[in-house]
Parts: sequence; structure tokens; C-alpha cells
Amino acid sequence: MSGMLENYAPIVGETVIGQIRQLARPLEGKKVVHVNSTREGGGVAEILHRLIPMKKELGIDASWEVITGDADFFRCTKEMHNTLQGDHRDIPAALLDHYRQVNARNFDRLGETLNAADIVFIHDPQPAPLLAEAAGRRGKWIWRCHIDVSRPHRRTWKFLQQFVEGYDACIFSLPDFAQPLDLPLYIIPPSIDPLSDKNVTLDSADLDVIYHAYGLDPGRPIISQVSRFDRFKDPLGVIRAFRIVQEFGPRPQLVLAGGTASDDPEGEEVLEEVRVAAARDPDIHILLLPPDAHRTINGIQRISDIVLQKSLKEGFGLTVTEAMWKGKPVIGGHAGGIRIQVVNHQTGFLVSTPEGAAMRIRYLLQHRERLAEIGERAREFVLENYLLTRHLSEYLALMVALLTGNRERIVLGEIGHI
Amino acid sequence: MVEPFAVTDCAMIAIASGEKAANLRELHDRLRRIDAPGIMYFHFWGGLLRPYFVDPEYQNDFASWAYHSLHDRYLAERLSVINPSRFEQMSDLRGEVIEVVEDRMDEPDFDPRIDGESPFFFIRGQLVVFDTGIRVDAPEQMARRIGDMTPGSIFYHFIDARRRTASGGNDFSEWLPSFGDEYVELARRIAAVDPYLASLVGLRADIARVFLERLGEGGEQ
Repeated sequence: MSGMLENYAPIVGETVIGQIRQLARPLEGKKVVHVNSTREGGGVAEILHRLIPMKKELGIDASWEVITGDADFFRCTKEMHNTLQGDHRDIPAALLDHYRQVNARNFDRLGETLNAADIVFIHDPQPAPLLAEAAGRRGKWIWRCHIDVSRPHRRTWKFLQQFVEGYDACIFSLPDFAQPLDLPLYIIPPSIDPLSDKNVTLDSADLDVIYHAYGLDPGRPIISQVSRFDRFKDPLGVIRAFRIVQEFGPRPQLVLAGGTASDDPEGEEVLEEVRVAAARDPDIHILLLPPDAHRTINGIQRISDIVLQKSLKEGFGLTVTEAMWKGKPVIGGHAGGIRIQVVNHQTGFLVSTPEGAAMRIRYLLQHRERLAEIGERAREFVLENYLLTRHLSEYLALMVALLTGNRERIVLGEIGHI
Repeated sequence: MVEPFAVTDCAMIAIASGEKAANLRELHDRLRRIDAPGIMYFHFWGGLLRPYFVDPEYQNDFASWAYHSLHDRYLAERLSVINPSRFEQMSDLRGEVIEVVEDRMDEPDFDPRIDGESPFFFIRGQLVVFDTGIRVDAPEQMARRIGDMTPGSIFYHFIDARRRTASGGNDFSEWLPSFGDEYVELARRIAAVDPYLASLVGLRADIARVFLERLGEGGEQ
């Protein structure tokens, strides 16, 4: 059988593809709807762009809906995002009311589709209140939380909890992120797509275009961080680390590449702070990229000697996975999912300060054989654990489990079609 | 007529219990309080089916946490030699872990209240089992096909079987003697493969090697 899934067989092996087809069989014809708040920008949208067609190919009636909102709505959800990840401040009650109303209006538009679905995946806090509107629902509803809510601002979490408690299950990326709730808390790490523009193999001509377009010197080391201009990603800390490395040569170049997602109003402000900190240093390249600059990001990661992800808070950190897939050692902040991907001294280094990052950059630039060895191990680690096929397989297993009852062991041959 | 070997596959999904332990005293408390068989199963065997970095020294989650988070090499070593295959019931395995932890807590130079670098999260696994439709008729055929099995199939037939079979062994060793006495030695050798020191891909290679050594490349004994 040929199709999108078969394209992954040369990478992950035929047996993995066969397993996915087997797991999907009981779900054929089921209506599955995913809902989030942006079609472009950010890891969630990227994953959905690939998962939905794959589910369709497997015979599942999968679709993707996006809720809409105005500037106040996204200001509120950005504040929720920040405070759920640990910032301590209260969100004004009027904004929270607005958030609820916007969700209610979205339900007016989407309600028929959502009520008819067998399974609904609601991604992140933005559309979480939709469930409260769905009195006529017939299917199972799952709240998929992509962010780190391990130490949330209590009032924001309590507000959100009233919506989340009604779901049939939650999914968190790591056990550390799970809040105690009286419903099954599934743990599913996200993934990258090895065939997407962001990860597909590029030839040397493609890489030459990147060097040329951004004035980068192929003869000098390149260190990069690719992520939104967001304070939690600590771009200023990256610049500080780079300044330390510059003192020791051999004249490295830093690329800070990122964009802003349509649901992130704070990006411009952080970008300006980064520009000030860079102080027009010709070896610091700040690239503001559009949401669809996937091949450019791919190229930047591939021409990098070392990739940084010095986040202070992080959901999973898909940019780490992407860099590792390209055989790059990653120097990452001791935060969120970076901790399980970057295994100290094995697939990269975990650091807590700009000084720590500078120390590791210097070490790797001086020990090229270690750099190559760590990079190769990082790639193998991603191949085994963090590709889209594993993610799809876990989603399928979860859907089967939810539709057949929350038992410890589910034998598909015994339950027949669900 | 011997029944063909029905190749089965499985996928495990992890479910957080919401319980965690910051230090050894809390771990002890939670272990005594939580008696969910799925939790012990997940922390001793489930690691083989989920994202992790191969840690050849400490192959169960309790030992690994003791080493990496508490930095307690003594405790890690003692926990790592617990053989889960010896315990018919998960509650007995839990009792053994509690025993080792209590021994450590009793030692005068040790403070069980010191927090580790990161907490231990209690997780249970949910196993979805499905028939691949593949049937293997004879041991010689198995020798040629085992290399194509998924890690999930290896887990189901070699690890999970310990909980399902009357002998507490693996499905291959249960099936082989049906073909006659000459296959008993092969069954014994497969049963002797250590399931604890390799990833599932490594385990598959080990089992395949035993088949090939005994039956030869062409599948002849």
C-alpha cells in the first residue's frame, strides 16, 4: 500500500508502519476533531499539519478546527500561558470573562462538529472552555496540554481547572507537568516530522543559499538558537554566553532566529530587547522569520556547529529535537522537556547559567571529535524516541484505550470493533 | 499438529498517578500506600517500551532515580539487582523494594529527608495488545522472521509473557518444545537470555542470535 505513511518506512522501518496500521484498524470511520488557536506558528500547529492527513490515510475521519479571537482574547491567553508556566500575577476578571465569552462564540460556530465527534482533542488553554458549552456531546473529550504547568500561578490554574475537570482525560508531555486531577493523566511526549520542510535533508546548494542570504561565514563556527522571541527562551542569556565565548575566539558567529506566532502579542517587545543587547555586533545575526520559513530554519540548524536552547521554562522544546535530529549537540537550559532530551554528556549538555553555556560551547568547539560523537548519539536518540510515527502510534493507542474503557490491559482481538 | 505461533504486538501508554516523591522517606511512604500492580510493572518493565536513554547500570526506575537524583550509589546498586521475574505478584515485588528502601533508611549515616534533584513520579502503564495476523508455523521459520518483529512484539512475547504464562517464562520457550525433544535445548537457551541488560532492539538481536546458532542460517537444526 502506498501513501504518506509509506514515505516514513525508509526512516523508521516497515515494521513500525505495519504496527501503526494495526493499531488504527479499530478506529476506522471514527470522527476525530482537533481544536487549537492558530493554524500557523508554534509546535502544536506544526504537528497537526502532519498528524491530521496521516490519521485520514488510516481511515479515521480526522479534522482540525481553529478557534478565533480578538486582541484581548490573545492577551488573556498569553497571560494564562505565562502564569501557568510560573509568572505570579493575577489576570483581570474582565479579561477572563472575555476569554469565556470568546469560547462560547466559537462554540456557536463549531458546536455541531464537536458534538458529533467520537473524540475531540482540545489543545492548550485557549479553547479549554469549549467543553463547558458542549452539553450535547456524544464523544470523549481530551485536553492536550503542551505547556509546563508543574508550578502554575495558583489562581490561573484554579480558573482553568474548572474547565479541565470535565474532560475524559488529559495528556501532558512529561509526568513533571501533570497537575493532580481526578481523571486519567496520559503522558505523551510530542515529536518532529523527519519529512517536513523543517527537517528534511538539504543539499549543499540549499545551505550555500543560507550562508549567502544572511551573511554568514562558512569558515567560522556558527552557534544558533531557534525559537520565538520570548523571555522564557532567554535570548538575552544566549547573547551573554556568546559574549563570553567571543573573548576566547575563534571568532564564532551567533544566529538568533525566530518569529512571532499570531497568538503571541509579546514577541515584538522581546525582539527589541534582543536588538539592544546585540548592539549591532556584526557577528550576532538576529533573524525575524515568517511562520512558514521552515526550510530556512532547517538550513540554519544544519549549518550550525552547536545549537542552543537556553530556555528558563519550556514545554517540550521541539527545536531541541529538530537540532538533535540533524546530528547537532544541544546545549540546553535545565527546563521542561529539554531535560529528558538532552542527556548530559551523551546527547548534549544541560546548563543553568549563561556562564555554563559559554563553558560548554568552548569545550565543544575545542573538541571536535566529541562534538561529532555527541551529535551522532543525539540523532539516534531522536530516531528511537521522538519521531512523528511514535507520536501517532501513542495517540492511536490512547484513542483505543479511551473508547474501550480505562483498563490496564486492552486486547483488541477480544473487543472487536469499537 | 502444533498450533502456529501467533505474532502479537503491543503499545504501552503511560498514565501519571499524580503521586510523586521528593526524597527517600516520601518514596517509602508512597510505596507503602499505593498498591497498584500497574505501577510496579511500569517502573520495572515499562521502561523498555518508552522514551529513555539506555542506562545499562540501573535498569529499573527506582534504581535509576536513586542514582541520578538522590546520588545514592549504595541504594541504586541494591535496587538494581532486584529481579522482577522472581515475583509472581507485583505486590511481592513492591514489598521487596520497600524492604531495600527500609534497610537503607535504617543506616545511621543516612538522612532519608534530603530531597533529590528531581522527584520520582509514580506512573502506571496501559497496554494495548493486538494480533498482527502473522503466523509462524515452525521454529526454522521463526529463526528467519524474528528479526522483523517490532520491539512491541518482542516486549509482548518475551517480557509481558512472564505475567501471562503458567511457567512465568517467555512465549518462544513455551511454544518450541511442542515440536519435539530436540527443541527443548533451544527453548532453554532462549529462556536464559537476560531481558534486563538490553533495549528491546538489542533483545531481539540476542534472541535471533540464539535461534540462528541452534538452527543455522538456513533454519536447519
